Amino acid sequence: MEESGFLSLVERAKNGDRRALGRILTLLEDLSGSNAWMVEYLASNSSGRAQVIGITGIPGSGKSSLISRLIKAFRDKGYRVAVIAIDPTSPLSSGALLGDRLRMQDHATDPGVFIRSVSTAGFEGGLSLAALAMIEAFDSLGYDKIIVETVGVGQDETAVMDAADTIIVVTMPGAGDDVQALKAGVLEIGDIYVVNKSDKPEASKTYEYMSFVAERGDIGRGGAWKPLVVKTSAVLGMGIRDLVDVVDKHLEYLIGSGDKTARMAKRRKLLMKLLAKKIVLDTLKSVYDEQEKSMDEAARTLKGFYEESLELARLTGKKLIEGS
Amino acid sequence: MSTAHTPSPHTTKKKIKVLVAKIGLDGHDRGAKVIARALRDAGFEVIYTGLRQTVDQVVAAAVQEDVDIIGVSHHEGSHIYVARKLLEKLREQGAEDIPVVMGGSIPLIDIETLKTIGIREFFLPGTPLKEIIEKLENIASEKTKLKQI
Repeated sequence: MEESGFLSLVERAKNGDRRALGRILTLLEDLSGSNAWMVEYLASNSSGRAQVIGITGIPGSGKSSLISRLIKAFRDKGYRVAVIAIDPTSPLSSGALLGDRLRMQDHATDPGVFIRSVSTAGFEGGLSLAALAMIEAFDSLGYDKIIVETVGVGQDETAVMDAADTIIVVTMPGAGDDVQALKAGVLEIGDIYVVNKSDKPEASKTYEYMSFVAERGDIGRGGAWKPLVVKTSAVLGMGIRDLVDVVDKHLEYLIGSGDKTARMAKRRKLLMKLLAKKIVLDTLKSVYDEQEKSMDEAARTLKGFYEESLELARLTGKKLIEGS
Repeated sequence: MSTAHTPSPHTTKKKIKVLVAKIGLDGHDRGAKVIARALRDAGFEVIYTGLRQTVDQVVAAAVQEDVDIIGVSHHEGSHIYVARKLLEKLREQGAEDIPVVMGGSIPLIDIETLKTIGIREFFLPGTPLKEIIEKLENIASEKTKLKQI
């Protein structure tokens, strides 16, 4: 896309044109070397003020319903809210049914809310790159809270989560298995733990357990912040205000401790790293196309395959240097 | 500002993004769900709005998600009113370039009227899923071509 076309989209988006913002996000889904300047342009007016909130948790714990409640509570406090809802792509058909939005449709027409669904596949540069670019877009357009929702499996999603300012891990009562799940991966690194569906029996037991491990420091991202545990029921609207207070409290902590700036830097460094990876991979692909024929011999016997691989890497580097 | 880097010729075909919408008090969503599932299996990205949406909600979702096609499943008889309002709201939002297709119980006698209003395609009961998928693929690729001009 031409620069002038993009600038006019940004101008329109700034004036509240949601069609323009929707188009911008689509462009960012395909981020590569040739349109990286778009992110730079967006970020040049960015305040870096937004709080990026990652929400993850086991499937069925009620993340989407909880987010719908959170949106409402944030709006009541006057915040503008953006949601990036990440849904898995079917490994069989590579299609996706993006269902998270369904639970948030009540907020669709609110001019202070923007919800965008993304599927885990379909991104040449990986999901994280697209999500990180979208975060920059929302931040530069003045959204106060940027919620990123994922089921939290897969490397890409873990990387996005890790780049959030505040991580909320949603669990629910009754399942010994979800406590097991807390042992590993993204679920360990929460800043806030939510026991959702607290209208159900055994909620107190799960809450006590979570508070215990949080207190012991078994979970969390380290540092001075001890993870807090909140009981909610998204269905009944219980505990939502407490959750919002804790989220705001965490933001205060981030600003006070200097972690807010540090996390933004971390996020932006990750964006650069992922874009670099994407540029290398794109170049490698085109080099591979040119070289494929000459690799037939090595493909038959594997004799000299390492040299062929090295040649691919070398030619990729050469092409990158010549291209710049 | 742009670099000399050229996009790879390998760039995979962009997935077609479809919004499957139910508007009004109509509670029959079996058809919409079957279609949503079939499109997903055909490699589409499908966003389902859920039941009892207003036209405003559907347009807002289409705009925020920047979908390629809106598919409205309708079974309660108000299709002409709904179609007119939907196209009007899309224009209001500068999103009249998003093609709208309709399925469900729509009397043949109303098809011409709906076409005049601007509905692109109709999938009446009994339409094979394969035909729906092919037609949607065609509509989406025409739209992409238009965008490039």
